[in-house]
Amino acid sequence: MNRPFLRVFVSPAILCAAALLAALAAVLQYSLRAYVPGALEPGGFTLANFAALAKPLYARVFLDTVWICFITALVSLIIGYPLAYALVRTRNAALKAVILVIAVTPLFLGEVVRTYSWIVVLGNNGFVNAMLLKLGLIAQPLQLMFTHFGVVTALVHVTLPVMVIMLAAALAHVDRDCERAAASLGAGPIRTFLTVTLPLSMPGIVAGVTTAFAWTFSAFATPQLIGGGQVNMVSNLVYQLGFASFNFPFAASLSVAGLALTFAVLALLRAVARPLERIGPH
Amino acid sequence: MSRLSSNRWLRLLGALAVAAILGFLLLPAIVAALAAFNGRAILSFPPETWSLRWFAKALAYEDFRAGFRNGLIVTAWASVLALVVGAAFAFVLDRYDFRFKRTLETVLLSPLVIAHFTVGLGFLILAAQLGVARGFAVVIACHVVLVLPFVVRSVYVSLRNLDRRFELAAASLGAPPARVLATITLPLLLPGLVSGWLFAAILSFNEFTASLFVTVQRTQTLPVAMYNYVREYADPSMAAISVIYIVATAALLTFATLFLGLGKVLDVEQAR
Repeated sequence: MNRPFLRVFVSPAILCAAALLAALAAVLQYSLRAYVPGALEPGGFTLANFAALAKPLYARVFLDTVWICFITALVSLIIGYPLAYALVRTRNAALKAVILVIAVTPLFLGEVVRTYSWIVVLGNNGFVNAMLLKLGLIAQPLQLMFTHFGVVTALVHVTLPVMVIMLAAALAHVDRDCERAAASLGAGPIRTFLTVTLPLSMPGIVAGVTTAFAWTFSAFATPQLIGGGQVNMVSNLVYQLGFASFNFPFAASLSVAGLALTFAVLALLRAVARPLERIGPH
Repeated sequence: MSRLSSNRWLRLLGALAVAAILGFLLLPAIVAALAAFNGRAILSFPPETWSLRWFAKALAYEDFRAGFRNGLIVTAWASVLALVVGAAFAFVLDRYDFRFKRTLETVLLSPLVIAHFTVGLGFLILAAQLGVARGFAVVIACHVVLVLPFVVRSVYVSLRNLDRRFELAAASLGAPPARVLATITLPLLLPGLVSGWLFAAILSFNEFTASLFVTVQRTQTLPVAMYNYVREYADPSMAAISVIYIVATAALLTFATLFLGLGKVLDVEQAR
């Protein structure tokens, strides 16, 4: 078969994949090395780092992280769906463009700017508290910073754009004739949505939830600054161990465990979703 | 209640929900803008006095200026490299079958689900093991890997939407493959290539977590400089620079929507 450019075009991609795999292999290798206090060079091979992961302190951070990721993914699904639906279905081109730009901008802002803005919103003399005090609804500022609520709110803001893009991509490919058929057979709009549109958009829901989960797991600045030590995620622990105690082997083992956990949860989500997807397109 | 009026209620309810969600998305940007134009060092809402002093202070702050320059260097290299690598890969992904195609695709798209701190830590350790100094090269390599999935996806979607009959026509008129690529495929792909590059550039310029691991003082990018600032100071300079960021990003994305068909590239246009 004549395949022009194949070799030339695929080589740089192979190089990039090799670099990524080498970096991940380096993490894996470090995770199996002993920590030598005061030295940057790690010691011999050991499983001690992984044994230490079972300590309640670290196990709790892992559980907490999974919980935060799960809630964040769920909330962004619930509020992302109506937005994705409006984005795909509105016939007004200007409105469509406005929704699209507002919905995707947070994705491109970067974690620091987004997190800082939320500090200004949630802080003790921040926007929400100032407004509530002014309206006389509260006498004391509410504690929104350094709470799970604050962290999840800011994280939803990050994952919402990805969620909307993935849901919208799925909704855009829903065959509207199926909806029309349901309506002509007498189904009301709610029933049509629940029995036709929602199941047909299931691939987008699965893709959105898994990506939102993984992205939340990756968040660092948001739990660091808004959590302020009260809400810790795996990312914060990895940074702390690496740059405060220079215990890179243990930081690496946390990363490896985190990676394994992410893949396990993603596989689980896909397995749970498979029967649901079968309800969809036949 | 008749069906017609219940439909109307549903529409109204939906519109209100969408407006509330858009409000949630916009809230931090609006609040940051209020804080940025605030005259005093302590935040108050609504601001008692208005001023531009925080913009002046942010723009004059040496760490921000150095971070901006470093960010431009990293972004320029990383986005162009990612565009070339990603576009070429999207092309073979769309056109050919070869051994390990799926494996290669999985590896290259995996940064979408691998935590950035893991990738950052990996490049940090790798650089140490190879004895490479933590210069711009390490930061750029790390960014290329991280933004590559976005380039591959947007170019791939454009390739799918491309009408191949133009290529066949050119080939049947005797154009060799390289000429078909240069005169037909690439020009038709232009919107996908430009938006892929734009995604890569914006994401690289704003990348934070991995950059925190792989940069040093000399190569510190703007988000890292901003993070260090937020940890040390509480004045609204950071709000000022956030507003500049938000406006610039929204403007670029509006441009992408209006002139490049961002909706098509993201594949969110109603099929029919």
